[in-house]
Amino acid sequence: MLEQLEGSQAVARAVGMCRPEVIAAYPISPQTHIVEALSDMVRTSDIDPCEYMMVESEFAAMSACIGASAAGARAYTATASQGLLFMAEALYNASGLGLPIVMTLANRAIGAPINIWNDHSDSMSQRDSGWIQLFAETNQEAVDLHIQAFRLAEELSLPVMVCMDGFILTHAFEQVDLPSQDQVDDFLPSFKPRQMLDPAEPMTIGAMVGPEAFTEVKYLMHAKQLQALDAIPEIAADFTEGFGRESGGLVRSYRADDAETIVVALGSVLGTIEDVIDELREQGVKIGALAIKCFRPWPIDEVREALVDADRVIVIEKAFAVGAGGIVGQNVRLALSGCEPTVFDIVAGLGGRPITRKSLRSLFDEVFEGNIEPNRLHFLDLKKDVVEREIGRTENGRNPGPHAENILRDIGTVASDSH
Amino acid sequence: MAEQQIKGYQTGTFVVGNRLLDPEQRSTQARTERSNTLTSGHRACQGCGEALGARYTLDAAMRATDGKLVAANATGCLEVFSTPYPESSWQLPWIHSLFGNAPAVAAGVAAALKAKGREDVRVVGQAGDGGTVDIGFACLSGMFERNDDVLFVCYDNEGYMNTGVQRSGATPPAARTANTKPVGPEPGNVFGQGKNVPLIALAHEIPYVATATVAEPRDLEEKVERAMELRGARYIHVFVPCPLGWGSASEDTIRLARLVKETGIFPVFEAEKGEVTSVSKIRRHVPVTEYLKLQRRFAHLFKPELNTGVIERLQAGADRNIERFDLLADDEGAEFPGEATDQAGPPESEPGRPVEPDADSDVSSLLRETHGKPR
Repeated sequence: MLEQLEGSQAVARAVGMCRPEVIAAYPISPQTHIVEALSDMVRTSDIDPCEYMMVESEFAAMSACIGASAAGARAYTATASQGLLFMAEALYNASGLGLPIVMTLANRAIGAPINIWNDHSDSMSQRDSGWIQLFAETNQEAVDLHIQAFRLAEELSLPVMVCMDGFILTHAFEQVDLPSQDQVDDFLPSFKPRQMLDPAEPMTIGAMVGPEAFTEVKYLMHAKQLQALDAIPEIAADFTEGFGRESGGLVRSYRADDAETIVVALGSVLGTIEDVIDELREQGVKIGALAIKCFRPWPIDEVREALVDADRVIVIEKAFAVGAGGIVGQNVRLALSGCEPTVFDIVAGLGGRPITRKSLRSLFDEVFEGNIEPNRLHFLDLKKDVVEREIGRTENGRNPGPHAENILRDIGTVASDSH
Repeated sequence: MAEQQIKGYQTGTFVVGNRLLDPEQRSTQARTERSNTLTSGHRACQGCGEALGARYTLDAAMRATDGKLVAANATGCLEVFSTPYPESSWQLPWIHSLFGNAPAVAAGVAAALKAKGREDVRVVGQAGDGGTVDIGFACLSGMFERNDDVLFVCYDNEGYMNTGVQRSGATPPAARTANTKPVGPEPGNVFGQGKNVPLIALAHEIPYVATATVAEPRDLEEKVERAMELRGARYIHVFVPCPLGWGSASEDTIRLARLVKETGIFPVFEAEKGEVTSVSKIRRHVPVTEYLKLQRRFAHLFKPELNTGVIERLQAGADRNIERFDLLADDEGAEFPGEATDQAGPPESEPGRPVEPDADSDVSSLLRETHGKPR
């Protein structure tokens, strides 16, 4: 049924229809609306049976999900940013134990400096944690991906992170087609755990493993993620059959068939990128886009196939590896190893900075004119004068104080010197 | 078939011989149907108090729940020595996740069981003192505050033994550990306020809090049984000597667990909903030196010269516990009736039992090894 809904509410409703049995969550913006709505649904028995645990930290949230999942319950949590980092140790544990927990990540920047707005530095920081990472472009897709995520997680006995852009999606009201409970029940069978804490059949979960078998256990984690490269498109195809629309999958191309330039991105920014592509196409520029829907496992073959015929690939990503370069860019380069396209790494939208059509247009023009060096990191809309002034301040030798506060003063956010 | 009431002192030890008791009165450990929850073959050190504590606790909990029990274990000695891949000593469904999250994992298991309508299956969380009083403390307090249906058991051996005997928040003042060595002007661990988790648990006003030692398995079993009669968050803090970490003889584990109570250093009590309901009275009040001198971690208090000041401070701490918890039996004076002649003197050996482990003994060589090794 079509409804005008906030993204968080839509996701909460979808998660509720997946019949989670244990939800453990700790509040952090911009994830709060999702778990608030779920706590309402548990209180009113709209989700029943379900235990909602108001834990004391994200570390406890993931830990409680680990216990619940190991005891055979369908477990769910949601977090963002610092919360994801605070549960990092438990993330690796959940994937190492092969527990099919589903988590919403309302993507948000990581401090310092503290910042509540959207980018992808949280999910990218945990890209190697053994979790499957799916990225939603729209609220409709966020809804659909959650329904697929539970099935994917439980089929493979692996945890799945559904990433949706904080505020841009979580707090946006738009039209969403929510499925019926029957549709979800048909698509998502009840949870049949492959391992379970059961007194009728006692088992030890989480034993110590030394050099004699650790490699093999880790190999199996990798092998299961590679299996997900097959399972994800299959589940997406099943979803299309049951729900009548396309959602999820590994990658999605946009006007890329004859494209000389392909822009690669994840999440909600694809909408803006596609608008710019439409403008440029009207002017005869052969440009298209590739949406990465699944970042982990990395769909290396699909990405190569989608990009290999282009002349240049512009990767626009909302996170970067400090001191190294682009993260998605490095993965794209891996997929294109030995192939022709030149790859440009662009970091954009950090800490919530808007990625505008105007900025993208001028970026693409600069790339076309050869003003951007490939294989080097570029920052979209970087205020170079501000950075240079701060670097100069540091070179003066005197203790110049914290960068963030100095810069805020320079750009006028803070009126005067506090000293 | 007991025909008359048996008193502890009749046996010459503090444990009534089970063969004198009616079968119904026998301890879980003395029963043929004992579940051996932590079964033999594990790799704990000789004389490990934690292995005993876990066995007593879980066997009693298994009996109380008719075998419907799940355990969530923190990282630590107990986890490592019981589950070397591909073996496991656990005869119950058991999960180890991380060092600092056992209370939350246990709470998650309990939530799952509730959602599934399987509240007949009960949950125990367990950890050493590091996993309880330090790294797992936030999760423990959260579990208490939510009153999750979990019995959490801390096996307190007063330090990070698994990583080579470092100080924890439960390490007593003056004790030598790998990072509180007997060097500098104040040798051993500092005197602090202490971190008394049983009292902190009490302040959460959870349904049940108890302390116990491995010297009195019957008392521990009864406390576990009581805990399993109740729902909600329950906490038992079990004192478990560590021969390796303390530099004590393996055969002194039970003796030390008894002395820690008899000195007043470790009050044994139980409490319900924030109120202390009973204390185990001291049977034979002894000075703290009786306890200290059996452990190499306190050897610096006796050699090269007697550190009267520190010993007096430790005695004052024990005396405070005695007063605070009213630990002396009515017929027991403030003095030490069973007082040894060497109360404040240098440690003396009991016949055939050196105060310090022999320089070439397994314990001291192990200690040298663990202390020298980066972990």
